[in-house]
Amino acid sequence: MTTSSRSELAIDAKALTKRFGEFTAVDHITFDVGAGEVFGFLGANGAGKTTAIKILVGLLAPTEGEARVAGFDVRTERARIRRNIGYMSQRFSLYSDLTVRENIQLYGGIYGLTDTQIRDRTVVLLESLGLTSSAGDLVGSLPLGWKQKLAFSVALLHEPKIVFLDEPTGGVDPITRRQFWEQIYQAAARGTTVFVTTHYMDEAEYCDRISIMVDGKIAALGTPAELKAQFGVTSVDDVFVKLARAATVSA
Amino acid sequence: MNRGALRAFIVKELRHILRDRQTLTILLLMPLVQVVLFGFALRSDVRDIRLAVVDASPDYATIALRQRFTSSGRFTVVAVARTRDVIEPFFRRGEADVALVFEPGFGEHLTGTEPARLLLAVDASDPNTGTVIQSYSRAVIAAYESDLSSGRGGVQIAMETRMRFNPTLESVNLFVPGLIALVLTLVSALMTAISLSREKERGTLEVLLVSPLRPIQIIIGKVLPYLGLAFANVLTALLAAWLVFHVPFRGSVLLLLAESIVYSLVSLALGVLIAARTSSQRAAMLAAMLVTMLPSALLSGMIFPIASMPGWLSPVTNIVPARWFIVIARGIMLKGVGLPYLWRESLVLVVMALVLMAAAVRSFKPRLA
Repeated sequence: MTTSSRSELAIDAKALTKRFGEFTAVDHITFDVGAGEVFGFLGANGAGKTTAIKILVGLLAPTEGEARVAGFDVRTERARIRRNIGYMSQRFSLYSDLTVRENIQLYGGIYGLTDTQIRDRTVVLLESLGLTSSAGDLVGSLPLGWKQKLAFSVALLHEPKIVFLDEPTGGVDPITRRQFWEQIYQAAARGTTVFVTTHYMDEAEYCDRISIMVDGKIAALGTPAELKAQFGVTSVDDVFVKLARAATVSA
Repeated sequence: MNRGALRAFIVKELRHILRDRQTLTILLLMPLVQVVLFGFALRSDVRDIRLAVVDASPDYATIALRQRFTSSGRFTVVAVARTRDVIEPFFRRGEADVALVFEPGFGEHLTGTEPARLLLAVDASDPNTGTVIQSYSRAVIAAYESDLSSGRGGVQIAMETRMRFNPTLESVNLFVPGLIALVLTLVSALMTAISLSREKERGTLEVLLVSPLRPIQIIIGKVLPYLGLAFANVLTALLAAWLVFHVPFRGSVLLLLAESIVYSLVSLALGVLIAARTSSQRAAMLAAMLVTMLPSALLSGMIFPIASMPGWLSPVTNIVPARWFIVIARGIMLKGVGLPYLWRESLVLVVMALVLMAAAVRSFKPRLA
């Protein structure tokens, strides 16, 4: 549905490639993500998802190809990209020995928010998560689900144009996953582009568009409905299995 | 904007440090415990030296010199004999540490034109102790000699300079500067390495690297709080040394603190480099021990004199930062000298700090990671 607004691209990757010695982790991937879109970046473990994300957020330099994030070049304008994106890594990205409030203060400060902004947004954030009474608790003492939701909110604190979520729901119970996706939709509704990797195929159905990576290449790209029609199956899970099987056969 | 980011990051670091009360307590007490333990246990000054005297013809001079030895408080005369062969068994049985052998007619020669000769034989089976005994003995003889010559308006003898800055030869005076180096290394290199590799291990470093924080800011934020801690440690060590061992402080405290900061920066940069090259806290800790703590203790001249190291090893000590810092700290504390005498060592440290800091910042450029 959002594919129509091509003029305003949040991410625009062309023939993006990353090699580590002989091994090609990301092999000429080309895709784009429109502003405000929820884009699912799928693939089996080792398919090259994390490498691709690292290039887009500026942690790795591409070997070949080019990409623009929020309109800026990943090779030359990393500093500008960083101000415009939020990032939640695979591993829990908050500090367990700091309180909820202190973590918020830290990230607000790092992203250049003023003290007043931090104070105001902390109130809103805690209220929306229902964590107001736990503001002084150490993050380490929160249940995992709460931690993940908090981490996501903190990644959005500076109101980035794009937020990158690298397997944000790993190890989280189904109810919390559901709540987490509600948070994602809220962010998208506010105009934030969400770039999310996951290996839960049911979550893929929630995305506006998805891409499926196999062996460093993008094997499928489109809305969940388009892909299901293309492969003649009833769920994204089946699409994925078909692609994965094809990859095993060719290998 | 950048300043706010750095401030937020430093606040976070301080919170980490203050929240971990156990570690903080240990770090704050460490210099105190180390100064006291090293001060008492690691003494290289020798007491109760057993002296055997061979005096073929006792006269006023030999007896005066013997008395000088006993009245120094370090020597006990265990045997006096007329010939050397009587003394030999004492040595072999380990009942004497040093023998003083006067030539016959020692006193007469002292007043005459011929030099008065005496032999100092030291049990050097433990070379360090042997050297120390030799130095003590020579100091006693030199003092006697110089008194004699000055009484007659003669020339002073040069032996005096040897123990000038440490007249009582208290080894604790020599250890305290070394201990300061050790404590600084521990707090700076080890703690920085641990704290940075923890961020790496837990994945938070990645999030920081994706944020607008620049690598240099991350390093400053990591380094600054520990620099403060190191500063407190230097003061504690100095205070403990002064209160417990009455170690003199002859030079400028400010200069020593400034040099300590430079030395800390060197160690902090090493800590950052170690963290950059290791993937777990445990590996970082062990690497920091091996790369910074051991050389600082063993190759710095703190315990083992560099002069007595084998020929191939002593040039190696030049790359150990603590070696330079110890020369500086001893110079300031014991000799009371300032930059005009210590600029070379200081320059070495400053260059080391600059080069290592640049390397540390480079090592955290995410593109190279």
